[in-house]
Amino acid sequence: MTVLSEDLSAGLEETGWTRVCAYADLMPERGVCALVDGHQIAVFRTFDGGLYAIGNRDPFSGAYVLSRGIVGTRAEEPTVASPMHKEVFSLVTGVCLDDPGVSVPTYRVRVAGGAVEVSLA
Amino acid sequence: MARLVVVGHGPTAYRLIETLVDRGFGGSITVLGEEPRAAYDRVALTSYLTGKSAEDLTYPVPDGITLRLNARVTGIDRESRVVTTADGHTEPYDVLVLATGSSPFVPPVPGKDLDGCFVYRTIDDLDAIREASRGATAGVVIGGGLLGLEAADALRGLGLQTHVVEMGGWLMPRQVDEGGGAVLRGHIEALGLGVHTGAGVKEIVAGPQGRVTGLVKPDGETIEAQVVVFSAGVRPRDELARSSGLAVGERGGIVVDDGMRTSDPAIYAIGECVLHDGMVYGLVGPCFTMAEVAADRILGGEGAFARADMSTKLKLLGVEVAQFGAMDGALDVTFMDPVTGVYQKLFVSDDARTLLGGICVGDATPYNTLKPFVGRELPGAPSELLFTGGPSNMELPDDAQVCSCNNVTKGQICSAIADKGLTDVAGIKACTRAGTACGSCVPMLKQILIKSGVEVSKALCEHFAHSRAELFDIVRVRGITTFSQLITEHGTGRGCDVCKPTVASILASLGNGHILDGEQAALQDTNDHFLANIQRNGTYSVVPRIPGGEITPDKLIVIGEVARDFGLYTKITGGQRIDLFGARVEQLPLIWKRLVDAGFESGHAYGKALRTVKSCVGSTWCRYGVQDSVGLAVALELRYRGLRSPHKLKSAVSGCARECAEARGKDFGIIATEQGWNLYVGGNGGFTPRHADLFASDLSTDELIRTIDRFLMFYIRTADRLQRTSVWLENQGLDYVKEVVLEDSLGICAELEAQMERHVAGYADEWRAVLEDQDRLRRFVSFVNAPGTPDPSIAFEPERDQVKPVLIPLEAVRS
Ligand SMILES: Cc1cc2nc3c(=O)[nH]c(=O)nc-3n(C[C@H](O)[C@H](O)[C@H](O)COP(=O)(O)OP(=O)(O)OC[C@H]3O[C@@H](n4cnc5c(N)ncnc54)[C@H](O)[C@@H]3O)c2cc1C
Ligand code: HEM
Ligand code: SF4
Repeated sequence: MTVLSEDLSAGLEETGWTRVCAYADLMPERGVCALVDGHQIAVFRTFDGGLYAIGNRDPFSGAYVLSRGIVGTRAEEPTVASPMHKEVFSLVTGVCLDDPGVSVPTYRVRVAGGAVEVSLA
Repeated sequence: MARLVVVGHGPTAYRLIETLVDRGFGGSITVLGEEPRAAYDRVALTSYLTGKSAEDLTYPVPDGITLRLNARVTGIDRESRVVTTADGHTEPYDVLVLATGSSPFVPPVPGKDLDGCFVYRTIDDLDAIREASRGATAGVVIGGGLLGLEAADALRGLGLQTHVVEMGGWLMPRQVDEGGGAVLRGHIEALGLGVHTGAGVKEIVAGPQGRVTGLVKPDGETIEAQVVVFSAGVRPRDELARSSGLAVGERGGIVVDDGMRTSDPAIYAIGECVLHDGMVYGLVGPCFTMAEVAADRILGGEGAFARADMSTKLKLLGVEVAQFGAMDGALDVTFMDPVTGVYQKLFVSDDARTLLGGICVGDATPYNTLKPFVGRELPGAPSELLFTGGPSNMELPDDAQVCSCNNVTKGQICSAIADKGLTDVAGIKACTRAGTACGSCVPMLKQILIKSGVEVSKALCEHFAHSRAELFDIVRVRGITTFSQLITEHGTGRGCDVCKPTVASILASLGNGHILDGEQAALQDTNDHFLANIQRNGTYSVVPRIPGGEITPDKLIVIGEVARDFGLYTKITGGQRIDLFGARVEQLPLIWKRLVDAGFESGHAYGKALRTVKSCVGSTWCRYGVQDSVGLAVALELRYRGLRSPHKLKSAVSGCARECAEARGKDFGIIATEQGWNLYVGGNGGFTPRHADLFASDLSTDELIRTIDRFLMFYIRTADRLQRTSVWLENQGLDYVKEVVLEDSLGICAELEAQMERHVAGYADEWRAVLEDQDRLRRFVSFVNAPGTPDPSIAFEPERDQVKPVLIPLEAVRS
């Protein structure tokens, strides 16, 4: 899920969000991995500035590598291709578009005060 | 207005309601389902453990129907046409449909109700199994059938040491014979599962807290397990029908006629709870057909259900298993390869011409190619069909059933392709439903598409309608330097893992600076992005360049020290250099700092680029040698290092015709002659080995280099993505490439040479350039919010005095 606008209620402490890096640290069309409460979360910034967060584990190989895949689109849907064997996952739903029986978790992600934050909830 | 009431909300009920709503049923529909959630895709149940949520699996509920959950129907008053639920709710009906499915059979063994015993049928079951697996180390599945193996795979995915206990003499006795079962067992044991066949269960035992601790076999052996899953078959849920006096089979199942009507004309029954013509069906395909027949009858039609195909094809634990048609016959032909674990058997009539059925383990190709021939004359000798997988130009008759789940024939698919102008499998799925249930017929759909003359597009991917060669020309001629510009002006969408690396390679071949600069960085696949080769556990390997395979003792010592200090596994590669394995991303710059300081540079093992130029020791030392093969190899490797190309490039130089460097297996290979050098091109190892063709003889060193410059640049300009020189050369024709490169028939040779000169002049070591630039270095962390933290999923264990990755357990992956 994406929250594109700056968070206007940044002053009101809301729990559950973890800061992972500055928005400017993210390279467009590329991912990074964040470690939040022991969960590996792949965070992507797309060409239009959108943010997406999914599990970093590639369910086909078991390796924690999805953040290092190539970002793109498939019929408008933003995607990442696993760097292991190239299965393509939707950044929106986490579903593997090549094998819809398989999917990875998605997480909420937002920008607050210039920082990227993710929520496990 | 007719009041329709449906009991049970599983896949079959879902299909019934969907069909009725689609077809404009005018009455009211009320569904009473016992589970706490609406109908979901039970076939995909296991994916609930591998990331799917309950919502993902749940079917849509059409508007306008009434759905009551947690509503188990306990009685039918057929006289006054009212059903009653467990909590006392009553629902009157005009037409009643029973779609109560089946329940797992739990054999009456002592201890079957202990804490820790489960069945595998509903989302709630899986929640309970997942919960129980948290503190557990081992699990056992009772039943080695399809579902048992699927459940075993799921337990393995939950991290349990898993055993399967099968009463029969071998695994999957319903689908395969004894020989196939033995091969299947080999596959499954190789995955680390314990298999116990011909073994019953004496009792299930518990510890002091009443929790399961293990299973005792009749022979007294105890299998330790904290989780026990029963998967010993299913039984139709006919209890409601039975108590309301409807006819049920002696061994279970609600008796119906061809129109799905029970012994009470106001009541239909569909799905797994049904007994039709003496058969109970445990598969969604026939259940869906029943739902459609019942819907048709309710709407006043004449639809009829006929005995359904029971063929099976699945991939469980990575092993393909398939069964189709009969499981015996007058004659049978078996193909078995114990090395690869393939077992295939065809049953044929006594004249060996009519196919009756077949069994496959390890490779289900015959299922795909031969199943439609069941009951028909075979297109060839059975043994030949098994060995070759069947001729690819085999003509299927039009009435042959291609998709058995949705009962679609080849004729229906062909007319859909012709009438609707379909061009891809997705289109066929949408129009005919073929391939939408279990998916095993999708390979055949592709074949039918190709045969129906649908032109296979040269488009690189959905984003570019151009081939790689066309894109190369666009980029070169228009002087485009960014992917964004290219896709905005000449493509659609935002690219993918196919077109992005292709364009990155084109930009690099044309010399556009460091591959990690600016927008180019985002185009690279992970190997190029981290300038290292990703390995199966997500670590990387490091390969410094060792031109010509020549290396000083001091440099060898540095490699050894680096490997030792970072705990890397070392292996001599086939390309006469050394690969260091097991580096985490954050270690890569530290490792390369040491290597670059000692005078090493990137070996581009990660890139579609020049890999190595191997050499034999040549005339300097060898008593047969006629030229200095090492000197030439070093010079060539330094000239073409870093050259990005459509695919990797390999080369070798031999010092005489004895060819110790195996140059004729390379993209460009050189063999010394008394007069100079012979150049060979288009060689390959790999999947399809090919000896290189002689391209030019007795060249001087200068002539040789000029020829290779032209040859490589022409290849880079015109080859398809990921097309090695061998295939490219065969497509272009050796004579044509000779004309272009040796006789300059296109008048482009000066341009090709100039392009190579620009590459040589512009070369800089990619790793040194990274180490010198903080911005490029920033990406080398495992975690953006914890740069010093190593990835906790990566671990090693010892093997032969070095390390090897501890593999991460894999959950079930359906395919
Ligand atoms: C793990 C697993 C994997 C499978 N894989 C495949 C596969 O790959 N391919 C394939 O073809 N088939 C597969 N199957 C079989 C397939 O799921 C079934 O054929 C299908 O679910 C049958 O649908 P149904 O609606 O007839 O019955 P069910 O799915 O059993 O649905 C019946 C529903 O009715 C409810 N119900 C029962 N009695 C009452 C009552 N008295 N009052 C109210 N509600 C009631 C039940 O709670 C249940 O929700 C698989 C099954 C499982 C468990
Ligand atoms: C990926 C594909 C499939 C999978 C994973 C699968 C899995 C299963 C499972 C788990 C069962 C439960 C019963 C048991 O333990 O034996 C089952 C039963 C059955 N399947 Fe499949 N199935 C698949 C495809 C098919 C297809 C395409 C057919 C035929 C059209 C088929 C035929 C059967 C039959 C006849 C049964 C009944 C067995 C019984 O009576 O218990 N299967 N299948
Ligand atoms: S190819 Fe000729 S020169 Fe090279 S090592 Fe073999 S025999 Fe010696």
